[in-house]
Amino acid sequence: MAKKKTIDFQALLNEVDTLFPTYQALDQDGNVVDESLVPDLSDEQLVELMSRMVWSRVLDQRSTALNRQGRLGFFAPTAGQEASQLASHFAFEKEDVLLPGYRDVPQLIKHGLPLYQAFLWSRGHVVGNEYKDDLQALPPQIIIGAQYVQAAGVALGLKKRGKKNVAFTYTGDGGSSQGDFYEAINFAGAYKANGVFYIQNNGFAISTPRDQQTAATTLAQKAVAAGIPGIQVDGMDPLAVYTVSKLAREWAANGNGPVLIEAVTYRYGAHTLSGDDPTRYRSKELDDEWQKKDPLIRFRNYLQNKGLWTKEQEEEVMENAKQEIKDAIAEADKVPKQKVSDFLKNMFEEQPQNIQEQIKFYEAKESK
Amino acid sequence: MAQKTMIQAITDALAVELENDKDVLVFGEDVGKNGGVFRATADLQDKFGEEQVFDTPLAESGIMGLSFGLALEGYRAVPEIQFFGFVFEAMDEIVGQIARTRYRMGSTRNLPITLRAPFGGGVHTPELHSDNLEGLIAQAPGIRVVIPSNPYDAKGLLISSIKSNDPVVYLEHMKLYRSFREEVPDGEYEVPLDKAGIAKEGNDITIVTYGAMVRESLKAAENLAKENISVEVIDLRTVSPIDMETIIASVEKTNRVVVVQEAQKQAGVAAKISSDIAEKAILSLEAPIGRVSAPDTVFPFGQAEGIWLPNAADIEEKVKEIANF
Repeated sequence: MAKKKTIDFQALLNEVDTLFPTYQALDQDGNVVDESLVPDLSDEQLVELMSRMVWSRVLDQRSTALNRQGRLGFFAPTAGQEASQLASHFAFEKEDVLLPGYRDVPQLIKHGLPLYQAFLWSRGHVVGNEYKDDLQALPPQIIIGAQYVQAAGVALGLKKRGKKNVAFTYTGDGGSSQGDFYEAINFAGAYKANGVFYIQNNGFAISTPRDQQTAATTLAQKAVAAGIPGIQVDGMDPLAVYTVSKLAREWAANGNGPVLIEAVTYRYGAHTLSGDDPTRYRSKELDDEWQKKDPLIRFRNYLQNKGLWTKEQEEEVMENAKQEIKDAIAEADKVPKQKVSDFLKNMFEEQPQNIQEQIKFYEAKESK
Repeated sequence: MAQKTMIQAITDALAVELENDKDVLVFGEDVGKNGGVFRATADLQDKFGEEQVFDTPLAESGIMGLSFGLALEGYRAVPEIQFFGFVFEAMDEIVGQIARTRYRMGSTRNLPITLRAPFGGGVHTPELHSDNLEGLIAQAPGIRVVIPSNPYDAKGLLISSIKSNDPVVYLEHMKLYRSFREEVPDGEYEVPLDKAGIAKEGNDITIVTYGAMVRESLKAAENLAKENISVEVIDLRTVSPIDMETIIASVEKTNRVVVVQEAQKQAGVAAKISSDIAEKAILSLEAPIGRVSAPDTVFPFGQAEGIWLPNAADIEEKVKEIANF
């Protein structure tokens, strides 16, 4: 009798882990650790990327303050995720279609959403979502993972139109547990559609830690089941995030199919400012450990060593950002109040009877 | 013109729109080579190619998300959900996303999507294939629910749905697919959305109904005519939103009304119609509003459908009760 084959399940698991290293270009002090991942960006572009990251940090701080003063509504803090958000976005084109999650407002603004509209969205005003035709984006998604299946559709549409553009979408580590996450990468893979799917793994889905989301060692490896490339990148490293995003974009735009990217990052703040208290589920030690990996420190050191960045420059960016925010709040304040009759007109292009009746009723009520 | 079954009329409508507009895309599980499990999309892939007619992986939320994204890119998406009882998997994309996008984006974007799905009892399917879930979608503002009752309307309503820039859930009653034929014009014609049809004129009592219950109501009306009860039958065609003008005009003429639906009695379309009639025309009524529906259980096991589903006899009985009140 032949000897029965023994299968080493642990070895099978371990083998998968070797396929998903964390790509890194800069260490936490800003020294280059992998020259091959340093992108061909001009000095001006490097400075622009740093400026955007600093701008985003200021936006986070100011939004938090404005929220506490009651001048903004919903806000999901972004500090810590600047490299993951702004450096990935920096790799895309204006004609690429952005499908953001609720924390991805900085990318939306850099994609063309006027800041005052972002503030109106936060306040719960419809004008915040009235996107001009040339803004290739959807408003921030609330339902976890819903934007992923939609991105698969946009990605297929772009491919059908023969465009060299992509749909790119973001969710969190919690989002990677949703059925829609898998359906989306599987659909996009099956159609070889032009999509780049991001997971910003910031360690916590509200309070649930990453290691309780899945037994998988990386989230990037979920791509394997869909038959598409998956890659994990140091999400606190702007250069590695940019390089990986740029390569993924090129791969997808050229008709090779979608890519899944997992950026390992951290949010310093609460899940949202609507009552979440991160001290209930995170230790100060953990916060301190991640602060040392801060993308701004890392990139600042890198640029200073190249003679491209000074303290004065940074202060100027911060001052400009504060002024921009102040102006945008003033502009948002000027937008007229919402009307129910307008809401009714937005329901359908062709208005049925019930809507017509209700428009009349509310127009009369609103004219009083 | 040719005599066609309802399913042939539906295939015809899809072919007309696929031909007229290359941005019309028909897709879903098994819709390609197989032509759909009921053959509603038979031969369409051969005629129009895999770019316009294609199979999807098996995942309902994915199908509706795909529809959303394609519509955003300017396509007219005509997805098929293989049986409407499988819609729960896709409820977020339909009700949470597609139905509210125009509203949510201040009418700066439209999503021209027509979701087609078979539904309805009387054909002994396994559970979760036949359920009458139109009331579930009707609860959501921003999306139409269209249910044809005959081949002529099926084609015209489907063409109107596909051409509409607003999203539509278009439900096809399985029992009507092949049960009779009717003259259906070739080429393009439209039956307007949001407008009920008068399936039969009458003076003594109004029946308001839709889908397979239109046939049962017409049968009942025929029998009642022998007893000198003249019944007007209104076929809603669009069950959300509802054409109350046509209903109220009829009720004001006949002063009596029975609302008939195949679905369970609780909540739903008939409840909405009854309350609107009470709100708008109560002084025209000379009797209570009658209702005929299925009982408030889960959709029945195949062998129990005969007793569970409302039929012409149930309708006759209720009409007599209201007529003689």
